[in-house]
Amino acid sequence: MGAAGVVLIIAVVLIVAAVVAYLLSVIVALRRITAGLDDAIAGVVEIIDKSAPVNEIVTDINRTLDAGVDLLEGLLVSKAGLSDAMGLIEGLYPGAAAQGLRNFPDSAEIRAPRISEVYTRGTLTLARLGREAPVAAASPNGPALRNAAYGSSAARTLYPEGRPGHAPSLPRSPVIGTDSPVRYDPAEKVGGPRRRAATGTTTEES
Amino acid sequence: MILEWIGDAVLIVVVLPIVVYLLRGVLGAATGIVASVERIAAAARAGSADLDAAPLLLTTRERVVQTIEAAADYGGSLDVILDDQREP
Repeated sequence: MGAAGVVLIIAVVLIVAAVVAYLLSVIVALRRITAGLDDAIAGVVEIIDKSAPVNEIVTDINRTLDAGVDLLEGLLVSKAGLSDAMGLIEGLYPGAAAQGLRNFPDSAEIRAPRISEVYTRGTLTLARLGREAPVAAASPNGPALRNAAYGSSAARTLYPEGRPGHAPSLPRSPVIGTDSPVRYDPAEKVGGPRRRAATGTTTEES
Repeated sequence: MILEWIGDAVLIVVVLPIVVYLLRGVLGAATGIVASVERIAAAARAGSADLDAAPLLLTTRERVVQTIEAAADYGGSLDVILDDQREP
């Protein structure tokens, strides 16, 4: 074998060695890819399993909330009228009246009366009770509506001279029972005018 | 003899670099896929962990039903207590 043959063998060996080295690296990479895909598939399967009932539950929740919205919107409009209802909504949630009521498409075009300026703040506070009770708790839109510690001071202003006392003399409480001085005939119809029993005595007599 | 040397030269100068180039390309692509797959697997695990709270939707559904029922009871009482708005 000549020198050329030796060089040929060396070249072939080099090529084969390069092919083997790179193919081994590729095999290792492919194994890592397989492992990674297994992890990814497991995660995706978990996601699918966990999210399977979400659609049904959320749809059910939305259906229930829709029924609640229909109920409350209908009740508010039937009791307050569409115009005042929008004014009340605007007073409680400024800017909400522009969106209108879902079941009353015309409500968005109504010019809401300024109920928050016509009625006192206390009226709106009462209206807010359902959302922000207890009233003294921090409102999501600002400070508490009522001072819990000194809330009674406002009521005291109704009696600037002090709390009025009771009358000098009050009628005595009636005596009840079988020995009561005034007795009525139990056979008489309940709710009708009642007459005293014949054996009874009047209060003045006693 | 000269042809053998020419063949050796072609083998070493042309064939070997081409083989190495092609194999490096395949290895580079496979290595890049490994990183992408690992990121996908991490994202899938994180997404699955985020959905651990999904069963709480059952509680939410029950609470919503209870709330709407309470509102319906309240509304029913108001409907009885308050008269409807009279149209002018």
